[in-house]
Amino acid sequence: MRSKILGILSLVLMIVNLYMIFIFAPNEATMGVIQRIFYFHLPAGLLSYASAYLLGFGSIMYLVKHDLKWDRLASASGEMGVLCTSLSIMSGMLWAKPVWGIYWTWDARLTLQFLLALIFVSYLMLRAYLPEREKRAALGAVFGVLAMVDVPFNYLSIEWWRTQHPQPVIMGGGLDWDMWKVLIVSFLTFAVLYAYLLGRRMAIAKVEEDVEYLEHAILAND
Amino acid sequence: MKPVTAIIFKDIVIEMRSKESISSMLMFGILVLTIFSFAFEPSSIDRSLIAPGILWVAFSFAAILGLNRSLAMEMDNECLQGLLLAPLERGELYLGKVASNFTFMLIAELIVLPVFVIFNNLKFNLQFLEIAGIAVLGTLAIAAIGSILSTISANTRMKEVMLPVLQIPLTVPVVIAAVEATAMVLSGETKGISSWLYLLAGFSIVYLTVSYLVFEFVVED
Repeated sequence: MRSKILGILSLVLMIVNLYMIFIFAPNEATMGVIQRIFYFHLPAGLLSYASAYLLGFGSIMYLVKHDLKWDRLASASGEMGVLCTSLSIMSGMLWAKPVWGIYWTWDARLTLQFLLALIFVSYLMLRAYLPEREKRAALGAVFGVLAMVDVPFNYLSIEWWRTQHPQPVIMGGGLDWDMWKVLIVSFLTFAVLYAYLLGRRMAIAKVEEDVEYLEHAILAND
Repeated sequence: MKPVTAIIFKDIVIEMRSKESISSMLMFGILVLTIFSFAFEPSSIDRSLIAPGILWVAFSFAAILGLNRSLAMEMDNECLQGLLLAPLERGELYLGKVASNFTFMLIAELIVLPVFVIFNNLKFNLQFLEIAGIAVLGTLAIAAIGSILSTISANTRMKEVMLPVLQIPLTVPVVIAAVEATAMVLSGETKGISSWLYLLAGFSIVYLTVSYLVFEFVVED
């Protein structure tokens, strides 16, 4: 029921959001139409950080409580993390080609985002090679904790390594009030969509576990 | 004998008899140095620009080889089960493994480093000692995270392949810090080097603590 409401809500919000992004939002003075990618790019980027924290939180909770529910949260966040990091990287690349003239540069934010994507993928790969349910949860959780501890170190080292990135415009107050409105709706839309997808993924993980359990039970009876 | 020293002692005895870990790391390290000489034309570019990178690629990849060996040894003949039955805490087992891995990596690096100096026409002076110091810090960081990750990967179906997949993304801060610090020493401009060294030391301390606490979840059945 809750997931149905979230699903319908995200559909409605997405339509409103698309209207606002493509029709309501004013054109940016120097970049023009291409700046509209920003309304997809920023929410995806921020939600990828949220995924990292959710993964870490789920992992710690699993190690403390030993309840598989938390492991499902962690693994679903890992998959959402791959989705959000790749969305933000790809939309950023599409934006960077006309504005910066290049798809990619080893600048701090880009490198960090790419590294975050790699960590999510290696977390999912580790899980894929652990057939046993409890073992997968325990080792996945330990790796989740280690990976979460790694994020601030990555941030520091990459920040010191490369800091040519232009500071984000929204903090400088350079954003038009109409653009702000679009951005807020975009955040809201993506947050609702994220919650919906995360919830669905966790529900599917529960079903997968039940199937696995039944398969074992049938094999044991044969 | 204290549990941690007992584990180090056991690993050293095994290594002295088999010599598998150190010799494979050593050979691999030298091979990396060699292959990079072909990958970058030796005379055409300024060696000091790429030398730090080559050194740390050699060190961090050789470390993965040694770490894989260290855990494969425990997995053969169910040796790990025996270790778990021994009267010591899981965290102590981890610390012992870190110490022995760290020692073997350092021994291999001690031989790779002079070869690196000769290949790149550097000098055996104070710089050399400074790089050795950075190598100690960086190796401790790699051993701290690698010892727990190799135990995790030893549980998976594709043991040897899994470790680099897990370890390389997480050791990026170590590689960046170590390469930057080495480059600073080689170029002679050591202003600001302390922040990189603090980062390496902080990384080691944080991972030693966290891994000590969570290691029991990795080995429990």
